[in-house]
Amino acid sequence: MDGFPILSLMMAVPMAGAIACLYAGASQARLIALVATLVDLVLGVVLWMNFDQSGTAAQWQFQEYAPIFGRFAWALGIDGIALVLIMLTVFLMPICIGASWLAIEKRVGEYMAAFLFMEVLMIGVFTAQDLYLFYIMFEAGLIPMYLIIGIWGGADRIYASYKFFLYTLLGSVLMLIAMMWMVHEAGTTDIPTLMAYNFDPHVQTWLWLAFFASFAVKMPMWPVHTWLPDAHVQAPTAGSVILAGVLLKMGGYGFIRFSLPMFPEASAQLAPLVWGLSMVAVVYTSLVALVQSDMKKLIAYSSVAHMAIVTVGLFAFNQAGIEGAMMVMLGHGLVSGALFLCVGVIYDRLHTREISRYGGLSINMPKYAVLFMLFTMASVGLPGTSNFVGEFLSLMGIYQASSWVALVCTTGIILGAAYMLYLYRRICYGEQKNADAAAMPDLSMREVWLLAPIAAAVLWMGIYPESFLAPMRSDIRALEARIASAAPAGDSKIKMGPAIPAAEAHHEEAAAAHGEAH
Amino acid sequence: MIDSASLLAVLPELILTAGGLILMLIAAYGGDATARVINWLSVLTLAVAGVALSCSLAHGPVAFDGLVRADAFSVFAKALIYGAAAAAILLAPRYFITGGALRPEYPILILFAAIGMGMMVSAGDMLTLYVGLEMNSLASYVLASFMRQDERSSEAGLKYFVLGSLASGILLYGIALLYGFTGSTAFDGIAVALGDGVSKGELFGLVFVLAGLAFKISAVPFHMWTPDVYEGAPTPVTTFFASAPKVAAMGLTVRVAIEALGPAGLDWQQVVIFVALASILFGAVAAIGQTNIKRLMAYSSINNVGFALIGLAAGTPAGAAATMSYMAIYVVMTIGGFACILQMRDADGRPVETIASLAGLSRSRKGLAAALAIFMFSMAGIPPLFGFWAKFLVFDAAVAAGLTALAAFGIAMSVIGAFYYLKVIKTMYFDEPAAPYEARGGAVENIILTACAAVIVLGYFLNPVLDKASAAAAASLF
Repeated sequence: MDGFPILSLMMAVPMAGAIACLYAGASQARLIALVATLVDLVLGVVLWMNFDQSGTAAQWQFQEYAPIFGRFAWALGIDGIALVLIMLTVFLMPICIGASWLAIEKRVGEYMAAFLFMEVLMIGVFTAQDLYLFYIMFEAGLIPMYLIIGIWGGADRIYASYKFFLYTLLGSVLMLIAMMWMVHEAGTTDIPTLMAYNFDPHVQTWLWLAFFASFAVKMPMWPVHTWLPDAHVQAPTAGSVILAGVLLKMGGYGFIRFSLPMFPEASAQLAPLVWGLSMVAVVYTSLVALVQSDMKKLIAYSSVAHMAIVTVGLFAFNQAGIEGAMMVMLGHGLVSGALFLCVGVIYDRLHTREISRYGGLSINMPKYAVLFMLFTMASVGLPGTSNFVGEFLSLMGIYQASSWVALVCTTGIILGAAYMLYLYRRICYGEQKNADAAAMPDLSMREVWLLAPIAAAVLWMGIYPESFLAPMRSDIRALEARIASAAPAGDSKIKMGPAIPAAEAHHEEAAAAHGEAH
Repeated sequence: MIDSASLLAVLPELILTAGGLILMLIAAYGGDATARVINWLSVLTLAVAGVALSCSLAHGPVAFDGLVRADAFSVFAKALIYGAAAAAILLAPRYFITGGALRPEYPILILFAAIGMGMMVSAGDMLTLYVGLEMNSLASYVLASFMRQDERSSEAGLKYFVLGSLASGILLYGIALLYGFTGSTAFDGIAVALGDGVSKGELFGLVFVLAGLAFKISAVPFHMWTPDVYEGAPTPVTTFFASAPKVAAMGLTVRVAIEALGPAGLDWQQVVIFVALASILFGAVAAIGQTNIKRLMAYSSINNVGFALIGLAAGTPAGAAATMSYMAIYVVMTIGGFACILQMRDADGRPVETIASLAGLSRSRKGLAAALAIFMFSMAGIPPLFGFWAKFLVFDAAVAAGLTALAAFGIAMSVIGAFYYLKVIKTMYFDEPAAPYEARGGAVENIILTACAAVIVLGYFLNPVLDKASAAAAASLF
């Protein structure tokens, strides 16, 4: 694969598809979009097969460099972290196109073009090795998403599209100023170089906050999460899938690629802020999810809670936490995407997202109930599914940093079980009190084909997570080494007590046993 | 002393003068029937003048003992001005045919304005500056009221004239004060006199000069004329006002601030920072409630001028280069935007100006809607469109000069501006269709539109060229 610009090709294919879709009729546009995304999936598989996972491999692979833009360059390259996120993107895209096959009837060409353009930008974000190129890709995603929500969204779509656009824009512009400062300071726009550059710790705080403004909104973290429920509820099904599946991951990717390695001291200094916000998010948004009557809103709030687990894992400053955060991101990308698809399936039949309008679907839609059950369990974090691995690792990581944070965040798992199982009970179990819901047909072949691959991936990730952890391991180890000097001292390390004189040993032992019982 | 080198250095102006006078004679004898021919001949004249710019550069940088400069800066600005003027001429005929005012004076007046603008950006002396400015203004007043039967047009011309004269008065007063206290009208002479500290009188002169110039670039708090004139003037004239004279006035401001007032940098920097932030904020907030697209573009131009001034506020060569690059990109966006607005005609071919009439345009006129959306997103500064790069350059210059707080504040306010650009896109793409427009646009309009859209979408490939040209332009000032 030496020298072959596979990353550029992966961006060129959907770009060409997008332009073709603009000029094509409805049915051709669907076909073009499907073919383009499938080709990209194949390219993604080729990329993964050729990615060198051995411990001695170079950190950055498939690098491309073309200084054609004056102040910044077309510089691409990936490490293991970027690789798995690219895989997530190319895996979800054909499913999104499939989910829109029948649901989108008007302006199909423009819709498919917007999605393909979105794919170009998402791959661009994860592959960019130039600071400004990254920013351009990161920000440009606003345009297609604004149009997707605004044109093909629900009743209140205009408010949601504005809120999405302006919220995320305001977050990002401050990051741009910080980037300019960094480039002038370090004299380069090259991300790998900047990741190793030691900025003055006092300035780091400001730079960190500027980046945080952007990534916290994108993530989204409490209290700047309010755009997400609106955007999710109003977006078309595939829009929600891509929003929850990939766009939210850009925030996490930003933390892992920029905030942590570039500003380790500031990260350590402000970690309590992240922990605090995450703890609030886990408990508060889970409780909010519990009382939702709109299915999409419920899943949207659950996304905020899951993303909070990601942030605590990232700011645990150890390998377990960061690996866990990455696994939650991947697992959540699959599971929340699948849940939105499940909502889309019944929305397409009854055109309402009100939970109370459904009930007893396991009777008339058994296949649907089984798959929905699997994704519900995965979202709860049942062992054997993708989310268990990530959540367990994240919480294990944060326990080493702060046992209190671990304690509060673990309640999120219990609350998660509560709202997800409650949702499942109201939709699939109980009596069939609504005649129209009871008359809905089971999954069509197309819908099975959308959900089955995700189900397989969810189980794969839960049973053999090594496939996904292996490419990332050495990169996360490098990251851990980079931030080790600043890592906060944990409160759960094993402490050696003073040596006890032999005579009192018996008494002390009893007291210790007594203490443990508490 | 008039020597041949000086004459060759102002060759573009000579060509425009000769061309303008000859065309006026043709128009005087040929009457309105010659309008179309004269349109094309004027564009040709501008093109020839554009080619002559290289000759002017070769015989620069100083001509007529310092009264005129023919340096990379003036060439950069003039190239933009001639291009914008040519576009304003090409876009006009269809509009004037409907209004029954297709007359040959329009292109000729633009040619004369272009001479004035050329003098503005190559002035090396306050008097050259003033003569150039007035020459441009005089042509502009007439252009604003070009459709003399139309009440709004006449009103626009009158308003422009009254307020413009006031501004000229303020400017002239500032020049007089500077002359009185420094003993020179030449830019380098003033700079030398300011070098030994800025006296009270000099400070007053500086403030008055900047106030007069702020009027010409329509920066807050001297912007009041802009919305009324932009709305009232015929749309091709508005296109012209929003592009070429903006470049000329901005170029002039940059040159005066750096060449003449350079030693007093700390004094004018405060003024420029205030004017920049006020323009960004006011331009953004006041635009939100607008229902007329031309008024919206007027506030948008106020907003954009604020951003361009951020580069000047940095006061560095990189800042001056950024300001000029900003103007270059701004001109492309503006002309493209107005080429779209000029196509807003109802089924009978009458021009419409309300934003509401754009509703559902993405379904009836796909290409036109896409182009306007590109220009709007670009003006809002959203990457990957080229308008982002314009903002990037000025903020980058400010950050490099240590004005991080200014940059952070300015860029945060650009989010407010994004709101009203989004409103236009929302109307075109999200709303239910209103009464459809005329089915097809004119060929010339479409060509200009497509060219501008292509530049905005693929602009990053021009980066190396733009960087080099703007850096050379800025270097000639310092």
